[in-house]
Amino acid sequence: MSKKREFISGDEAVAIGVKLSRPHVIAAYPITPQTITVERLSEMVERGELNAEYMHVESEHSAISAAMGASAVGARTFTASSSQGLLYMTEGLHYASGGRFPVVMMNANRSVALPWSIYGDQRDSLSLLDSGWIQVYVEDAQEALDMMIQAFRIAEHPDVLTPMMVNLDGFILTHTYEIVEIPEQSQVDAFLPPFQTPNKMCFDNPKNMGFSSQPNDNTEFKYQQNLAVLNAVKVLEQADTDFAAMFGRKYNGMVDEYQSADAEVLLVTLGSVTGTVRDVVDEMRAEGHKVGVIKIRYMRPFPEEQLQNLTAGAKAIGVLEKDISFGYEGTVYTNVNSALAKVGNTVPKLNFVGGLGGRDVSKADIRNMFLKLQRVAAGEAYKTVDFFNLNVETNE
Amino acid sequence: MSRPVKQNFIRPTHIEGFPVGPQFTAGHLADTNAGWRTFRPVVNHDTCIYCLRCYLVCPDGTIFKDNGKIAVDYDYCKGCGVCAHECPKNAIEMVKEQL
Amino acid sequence: MSSANTLTRITPKNITDQEFFYGHKACAGCGGSLAVRLALKVLGERTYAAFPAGCMAAVGFIYPQMAFTNNAIITTFPGVASMASGIAVGAKALGIQNFKTVAFAGDGGTADIGLQALSGMIDRGDDVLYICYDNEAYMNTGIQKSGLTPFGTQTTTTPAGKNIHGSKTQKKNLFEIIAAHDIPYAATASIGYPQDYIDKVQKAAQVKGPAFIHVYASCPTGWGTPTETSVEIAKEAVDCGLFFLAEYENGDYRLTRNPKQFASVADYLKKQGRFKHLSDADIASIEAHRDHKWERMRRMWNHQ
Ligand SMILES: Cc1ncc(C[n+]2csc(CCOP(=O)(O)OP(=O)(O)O)c2C)c(N)n1
Ligand code: SF4
Ligand code: SF4
Ligand code: SF4
Ligand SMILES: [Mg+2]
Repeated sequence: MSKKREFISGDEAVAIGVKLSRPHVIAAYPITPQTITVERLSEMVERGELNAEYMHVESEHSAISAAMGASAVGARTFTASSSQGLLYMTEGLHYASGGRFPVVMMNANRSVALPWSIYGDQRDSLSLLDSGWIQVYVEDAQEALDMMIQAFRIAEHPDVLTPMMVNLDGFILTHTYEIVEIPEQSQVDAFLPPFQTPNKMCFDNPKNMGFSSQPNDNTEFKYQQNLAVLNAVKVLEQADTDFAAMFGRKYNGMVDEYQSADAEVLLVTLGSVTGTVRDVVDEMRAEGHKVGVIKIRYMRPFPEEQLQNLTAGAKAIGVLEKDISFGYEGTVYTNVNSALAKVGNTVPKLNFVGGLGGRDVSKADIRNMFLKLQRVAAGEAYKTVDFFNLNVETNE
Repeated sequence: MSRPVKQNFIRPTHIEGFPVGPQFTAGHLADTNAGWRTFRPVVNHDTCIYCLRCYLVCPDGTIFKDNGKIAVDYDYCKGCGVCAHECPKNAIEMVKEQL
Repeated sequence: MSSANTLTRITPKNITDQEFFYGHKACAGCGGSLAVRLALKVLGERTYAAFPAGCMAAVGFIYPQMAFTNNAIITTFPGVASMASGIAVGAKALGIQNFKTVAFAGDGGTADIGLQALSGMIDRGDDVLYICYDNEAYMNTGIQKSGLTPFGTQTTTTPAGKNIHGSKTQKKNLFEIIAAHDIPYAATASIGYPQDYIDKVQKAAQVKGPAFIHVYASCPTGWGTPTETSVEIAKEAVDCGLFFLAEYENGDYRLTRNPKQFASVADYLKKQGRFKHLSDADIASIEAHRDHKWERMRRMWNHQ
């Protein structure tokens, strides 16, 4: 069977992935750089290719509210946002995870005002790591498409029933064109069963939902919610395996790695910057440097054990992220550091913070990170947080 | 049954007995409201003209039609007195509960 | 079973015996709970009901005490209209037929924080009946001023003292704000006129698309009134002209009750703790505002 390929952007790949997943309801509000996704979806509905209700909500708060309402009667639902829009949804994000509504969302990672910037970084979604959503970060348009399909399967699994956010770097992925393989609808249908749950409002078995609980019961519901996200580990790994068997593309579950096995220094990455890091790894390996990269795919659930194992042989570790929790360090770093501390990994761990508000992370930047990690491994003093590539002198 | 009744609810002792997320059987009542009352409405069927005003205006829905007579569900009546106050025939008396 | 689908007028004689809001923890004599109870009896069992944070949500769903016998859900405080929209649209997308979606929100949830979502719901034409039970303050959080709190009301955020006599602002004109969307059907009602309210709910339920009812619903706890007078006081609000009964349909406004003579405003106010502090001058200014409003309504709207 000849495979269908299209030259499309990340946003368009998301739209196609959503269409193939046959959602009943789409409720979204436009924001750069997510807009192309919702425009394409509206066109698909208009052409009759996608048999879904497209709701023209007046805000992101209503987008997530409407999605939850539809989910509460058993509909498969999709929303999409970015940055200010994602933050405007915040109340609904916690509500959706607490209510166990398996809404799937695409988030185009974008800087958060102020100052205003429409360009990419990961501060929007990382600041919502505690909202109870499963969070995956993709690296290219193909993965974006594929993960939309997987996301519905993972989120709607009876052991999970938790909303899932698929993150892709604003502009770098959303607006960059790539050749993307389009899965066959029949295969997607075989991979992704219809959404079925007994926990919905229906007329045969009416429910009261979204109730309040007293202190006597609240912790139990939160324990259960935590368990659901932990359950996602098995479910997402199975989805990855089944997806590979059906479509021939495997993403290696919670983390991916490149040349990490014998690496002396490692960079831990999130999202599209990984491609550039791989290139630098190739170049530096050719020069004899033992460098490698570990790409985190899922921030929640968090790949604690995988990171512990994959970093076991490294002499210094850098976490490269487009995020900072002001007054401390990057959120990815905090999570990685905590995982490694639990197994007594005491090698130097640096936090490279940059790429904020759309600034390019260049090969030279990455090479400098690896070189610095080598010097630190050899005993050079270091500060944990390194705002790399600042355009100005500082007092540090 | 046109109105729910109190169920014998046993709090689950294992997490798997908990509802999956905050959703539960509609109309599941685990306790009554009878303890709220200091006065109870008592209908005088001799003066009652069965106009149904009390049934219409009870905020708790605890007045019901019982084979052509007005009856009160004392498990859930809160004793607000709206029924008695609105009765055109003063056929409902609010009687102090014996504590 | 949904009796709203027949055109026979629903009255206490033929209304379903089924109770849908039962065993709840609202204060004794709560007007809001009567508004919810009656509407659900009109709409019947094939109804999805959505409630934002507010008294009705707080008293109806305390695990494991589930006071709705039909499908019901609590929504975020600002998100009842959009969640109700999602329910209606989702159920339609699933091919579910012969059902109604209703949203019940307080004055704060409607006229303040939820107004944007409600505007969106009406604009999209979603098939939802939205009922605002107006107790004229944020009751669930302890009687704070809302956009529908009338002038002169003492609330916990508009204390009445020497310098300021309670709320300094008039009630927002919610009914006309909603009607200005060209909504197919909007009405005001009062639990003091329960049959009129039932009639309007029945009519609104026939609409395929958005419909809105603003129902005046007393709150003995927040108003400082005896529990047994809840229905009476909501009637007096209409009789003295501080609330009005009207409909908006096919682009036309209509007063559904046009009192020849108003009952005393002072009598209405003086019965309530929240207005006890008002001076004669305050009451005169409230009357003047009422007269101005009625002059305009009678001039511009249809009436008998
Ligand atoms: C976003 C948000 N802000 C504030 C609150 C707190 N809150 C809950 S209910 C409520 C007042 C509700 O007032 P109203 O809508 O008039 O309903 P009532 O309680 O009077 O029935 C407030 C302020 C909340 N739950 N969510
Ligand atoms: S209001 Fe009075 S007269 Fe009418 S039915 Fe009730 S008890 Fe009887
Ligand atoms: S006292 Fe109140 S709750 Fe009890 S039956 Fe009368 S109106 Fe209903
Ligand atoms: S405070 Fe008022 S609105 Fe709230 S439950 Fe009590 S009486 Fe009803
Ligand atoms: Mg209120």
